[in-house]
Amino acid sequence: MSDKVKVTIDGITVEVAPGTTILNAARQIGGDIVPPAMCYYSKLEGSGGKCRTCIVKVSKGSEKDPRPMPKLVASCRTTVMDGMEVLNITSPEVIEARSGVVEMLLINHPLDCPVCDQAGECDLQNLGYEHGLQKTRYEFERRTFERIDIGDKIQLHMNRCILCYRCVFTADQITNKRVHGILNRGDHSEISTYIQTAVDNDFSGNVIDVCPVGALTDKTFRFKNRVWFTKPIDAHRDCPTCSGKVTLWYKGADVLRVTARKDVYGEVEEFICNTCRFDKKKTADWTIEHPTHIPDTSVISSNHYETLIPLPVIQEDERLKEANRIELEKTTKF
Amino acid sequence: MSRKLLLEHINVPGIHTLDVYRQKGGYRAVEKALKTLTPDEVVEEVKKSGLRGRGGAGFPTGMKWSFLAKPEGVARYLVCNADESEPGTFKDRYLMTHIPHALIEGMIVSSFALGAKTSFIYVRGEMMPQIRILEKAIAEAKNAGFLGKNILGSGYDLELYVQPGGGAYICGEETALLESLEGKRGNPRIKPPFPAIAGLYGCPTVVNNVESIAAVVPIINDGGDEYAKVGIGRSTGTKLISASGNLVRPGVYEIELGLPVEEFIYSDEWCGGIANGKRLKATVAGGSSVPVLPANLSLKLANGEPRLMSYESLSEGGFATGTMMGSGGFIAFDEDQCMVRNTWNFSRFYHHESCGQCSPCREGTGWMEKVLHRIEYGHGKMSDIDLLVDVSKKIEGNTICPLGDAAAWPVASAIRHFRDEFEWHVKNPQLSLDTNYGLANYAEPIAKAVSTEN
Repeated sequence: MSDKVKVTIDGITVEVAPGTTILNAARQIGGDIVPPAMCYYSKLEGSGGKCRTCIVKVSKGSEKDPRPMPKLVASCRTTVMDGMEVLNITSPEVIEARSGVVEMLLINHPLDCPVCDQAGECDLQNLGYEHGLQKTRYEFERRTFERIDIGDKIQLHMNRCILCYRCVFTADQITNKRVHGILNRGDHSEISTYIQTAVDNDFSGNVIDVCPVGALTDKTFRFKNRVWFTKPIDAHRDCPTCSGKVTLWYKGADVLRVTARKDVYGEVEEFICNTCRFDKKKTADWTIEHPTHIPDTSVISSNHYETLIPLPVIQEDERLKEANRIELEKTTKF
Repeated sequence: MSRKLLLEHINVPGIHTLDVYRQKGGYRAVEKALKTLTPDEVVEEVKKSGLRGRGGAGFPTGMKWSFLAKPEGVARYLVCNADESEPGTFKDRYLMTHIPHALIEGMIVSSFALGAKTSFIYVRGEMMPQIRILEKAIAEAKNAGFLGKNILGSGYDLELYVQPGGGAYICGEETALLESLEGKRGNPRIKPPFPAIAGLYGCPTVVNNVESIAAVVPIINDGGDEYAKVGIGRSTGTKLISASGNLVRPGVYEIELGLPVEEFIYSDEWCGGIANGKRLKATVAGGSSVPVLPANLSLKLANGEPRLMSYESLSEGGFATGTMMGSGGFIAFDEDQCMVRNTWNFSRFYHHESCGQCSPCREGTGWMEKVLHRIEYGHGKMSDIDLLVDVSKKIEGNTICPLGDAAAWPVASAIRHFRDEFEWHVKNPQLSLDTNYGLANYAEPIAKAVSTEN
């Protein structure tokens, strides 16, 4: 018996290890069939299942029990079974339910993207563009909170929070005591530390990186610049507490911000310490590696093209290409 | 009189004490189970009885017990869900107040069947008197040797604890209850794993409603087959119904499942009709979470047959023309009640009680509550009605626990059956503020039912 199980997602079959979640199986396939995830974070134990944006339809439970699952399931917390068939973007039901979830996430979100530091690298923004409506149907006052400082370097802007619990899991993982959690219930629940004490840990800054929206922001970078005006460069340093592998965000010759390196799903590769993040903001502190790869779909990539030919926006017309062959050859020479 | 299994001796003075309870045949089930039956035989009896969970979902109890994982060397737990907080349901409180020993006896037999050495009764925090009563009853049972080490010389040990909750509706959801019992924030867990595999402290756990556990006592006393003879079809046994609303005699009633709804409302044996000589407008058959039904559909199925108080008959016709048994919180509305106001009130409850963990429920319940408030207070728009239907659809089925569904169903069903009333509120904003009654132009006058007995 093979120890791999077969799962088919949107018609693409992949073999994965038993115990893999549908979301991770989809990530092994990659591309646009990967469900979006706002609360699941592969590095945080116990995360996921809350935001409901990753819901998918299981049209066939498994080879043994081919019944479909009655409800849409959270792909981040549902493990695959052998022979399971999953519909994500090919199911209109899933798309509709997901746009419903996105609408729910946005109704109490202040949509202050023009003044939000996260704009440009915000998961909720991307999701909103992809699934949201042009305007809101919510005609009531949004919930508001006071801003809270969690320590001197991190600010919590609760209005923007979508209660994904990622920072709670991060705090649980890096500290022994429960110092960071949720207060209250329902739509007035809020992330908080116990009576505004700081999360006292060398790695507390990582809550900024795991936050999918602009609720937790870096006070040393606050309002300094828009992310798409800065240039990300991979760098490292010999750090005694963490791996020291970071991304530096340059504006001109100045390092404005230091973050952990993020993978294609916006998850950090390795958590970095507060010294690297907040205190080492000189080029001399770092060994520069290379420009960070930014996918073409990101607004941040508008500043640094990897090729001189812009992205093809319309279908190529062979006749025009032939007519303008000389001009086109000039551009490729550059 | 129909047969009573749970509340047979409810009117005996002092039935809450061990002595009187013993005189009336109490703790026979414990003696029978521990001395003559093996745990598997007890489970088999419960399976045979066809007892279905009385907390709302109606899942067969015996089946639930047989799913319990039994790994070696790992403790198993039985948890009694006494976090009864659904609007319209108050049967468990009644049972615990008046015959606490029925619950304790059921707990001992059920724990024995499941092999649990420690069992918990998780009582809603607001029910402090009931917690005191239970603790007193447990002390009595312990003195009499029904709890503790080596019960009745059978070699079986059981400790029973009462745990007050914090008074959150969400802690009635079984996994949230377990979280709360562990001392954490009462957020429902993501299933799977189900509690039968990994529940309290990661150990296999069964969570049952108070009434389900109490019903184990007559099952063991009389045998599962005997219990299965009561009731109708797959709805076996008796059920406690908390009747409230505009009834002549609201209260807790024990009915044999299969009683016609019409008889339950109008018969003098039960609720005695609608108060003040008014007409019935609508009913909520199983607590606030189930779809509301207009009078005609409450009493009759879509095909004209009488609707019965049973799991199958109440859900006949799906959500288009049916509802659910739920936890048995029967609420009757007379012709002067405003459905919009009632829907808003339910919605307000779910908004307040949503745990805030998953997005559709957290945001959607508040949204529905605000829109309903707007309609009720004369600021609504026609588009709001469709908006509510759409929002309820976006919540339903997309949440971790059933609270989202429970919040969506009353709203969706109220609009399905009483849309004209919502439209009336939008069209007559001023009237909806000052003469918000007597809107039941569609409720057919229903002749007083003739009792089927005699």
